[in-house]
Amino acid sequence: MARYFLTRIFYTLPAVWLVVSLVFLLIHLVPGDPILQMLGESVPAADLQATRHAYGLDLPLSQQYLNYWKGVVHGNLGLSLRYNQSVSKLLMQRYPYTLKLTLAALLVAVLLSIPAGVRSARRRNDWDDRTISVVSLFGLSFPNFALGPILILLFSIKMGWLPVSGSGSFANLVLPAITMGSALAAILTRMVRTSMLEEMNQDYVRTARAKGLSEGAVVYRHALRNAMIPVITVLGLQFGALLAGAIVTEKIFSWPGIGRLTIDAISNRDYYVVQGCILAIGLTYVAVNFMTDLVYSILNPRIRQ
Amino acid sequence: MSTTAISLPRLARRNPLAMIGVVLVIVFVAFALFAPWIAPRDPAQINLPDRLLSPNHTHWCGTDELGRDACSRLIYGARISMIVGSCVVLVSLTLGLIVGSIAGYYGGGIDRFVNVVVMNAFLSFPGILLAIAFVAFRGPGIFNLVLALSLGGWVGYARLVRAQVLATREREFVEAARALGASDLRVIVLHILPNIIQPVIVQAAIGMAGAILAEATMSFLGLGVPPPTASWGAMLNDSRAYLFSAPHLVLFPAATVMLAVLSFNFIGDALRDLLDPRSRIEAGL
Repeated sequence: MARYFLTRIFYTLPAVWLVVSLVFLLIHLVPGDPILQMLGESVPAADLQATRHAYGLDLPLSQQYLNYWKGVVHGNLGLSLRYNQSVSKLLMQRYPYTLKLTLAALLVAVLLSIPAGVRSARRRNDWDDRTISVVSLFGLSFPNFALGPILILLFSIKMGWLPVSGSGSFANLVLPAITMGSALAAILTRMVRTSMLEEMNQDYVRTARAKGLSEGAVVYRHALRNAMIPVITVLGLQFGALLAGAIVTEKIFSWPGIGRLTIDAISNRDYYVVQGCILAIGLTYVAVNFMTDLVYSILNPRIRQ
Repeated sequence: MSTTAISLPRLARRNPLAMIGVVLVIVFVAFALFAPWIAPRDPAQINLPDRLLSPNHTHWCGTDELGRDACSRLIYGARISMIVGSCVVLVSLTLGLIVGSIAGYYGGGIDRFVNVVVMNAFLSFPGILLAIAFVAFRGPGIFNLVLALSLGGWVGYARLVRAQVLATREREFVEAARALGASDLRVIVLHILPNIIQPVIVQAAIGMAGAILAEATMSFLGLGVPPPTASWGAMLNDSRAYLFSAPHLVLFPAATVMLAVLSFNFIGDALRDLLDPRSRIEAGL
């Protein structure tokens, strides 16, 4: 296991290098002078030069790249012009909110998809299987930026059950988590169904039935456990999409996470904050993929060979 | 050549959802091509006295906060979705075909470099995040939007093409073509590609759904085509402020995006089932 762990770290390091390098290059994609774009046309030339120097943009590209790496290692990602705070501090304040929302969305997706996927597989070709398949295809096609406002309309405005926005209580989390988790629930339902159908045809399931186990025990204790192995891989891969989706959901519900910070920073041309947000999401994505690999190897020891 | 051919009548008999998808796609393409003739009004015409009207016989989908006809804006919005969607699929597909074919055909060091370094670089970010980052720094506009969405989109095609080319390059007809002295380019373009194109078409149909959704998401975030051009995502974003007084302004664009995405997903699913008997058995068709 230790060897496998080290091998996975070895494979993850290039991904970390790529994320940091691509994020570093982002600031150089800005057409023209990024400092001029941030400060505006009317700023005096001396201030422009001083800010360019403060951000190290007057140095050769290789030196800027080294400095950026040093900054990443020491947690120094520059200064936000709008908030007049260090980008790292802003990220530290906002990151827990995004993580909380993403995990809640993941929970919603898992709680919806496993019973639906299992039922769909057990009642294959039945009307509820077909209903679940069509509903999941709709869920996959319904954009979360459309679902969010519709949920607000129904549950906040019409029924008054849940708050429209904010982040203070558990009630604030419900609608954003459903908005963010529904598309993943649709993907996972399809995945659980396919995976369960494969497992239900295996010999060990027949043996379990022949032993006289109840259908519930056969399905949940035997088949589902094995069916979850590929599902967990998809879950890990989709976590990144979920994180990126947080940008949309946080905008709809004014959730004070990294997503909203990104959108606010983009509209304010606060480029270093945008860079920091993209880096935080990118590195989380790499870390989650790494952890998914490890969990997968624990669940399926054959992969370690 | 593969023996399974894609035929529309067969598709319709087997899968009515696919037929609904085809009809919807035809409607959306017609909207995109003939918007000036189909749309009842000018989508940019501001008429403040008629702002936020509910759907009625003059304005079928109501009017927005500037009194513009929502129905006309939805019809014109199909243009942006279809243009961006098809351009993203075209650019991603072309890049994917070139890179995937080279990696799969030549193998060895080239394949390792492309597969391990280049593809992993683009997979180290979720596609939509890469697009958001690109537009945030390059600025909005249709060209940047297509480029941004293609950045993350081509890898899926390249992986599929690479795997297909790897499996096909050792087959007898390819060896026969090589023995007859055909150049690598001729072998790839005339002999291998026609044999691997069907799964690529399935991927393109599903990719079109993803591209339309991604375009709408970018427009919703204000990173799409700048106003006053009508786009479904921007319409949804603008109407959020009037959710209480004019909910129809959210519901119509939401339903339109969903139908457009659903139509390509229906077609993609049906084509995949048709071409892959295993998934057809799993789906119970």
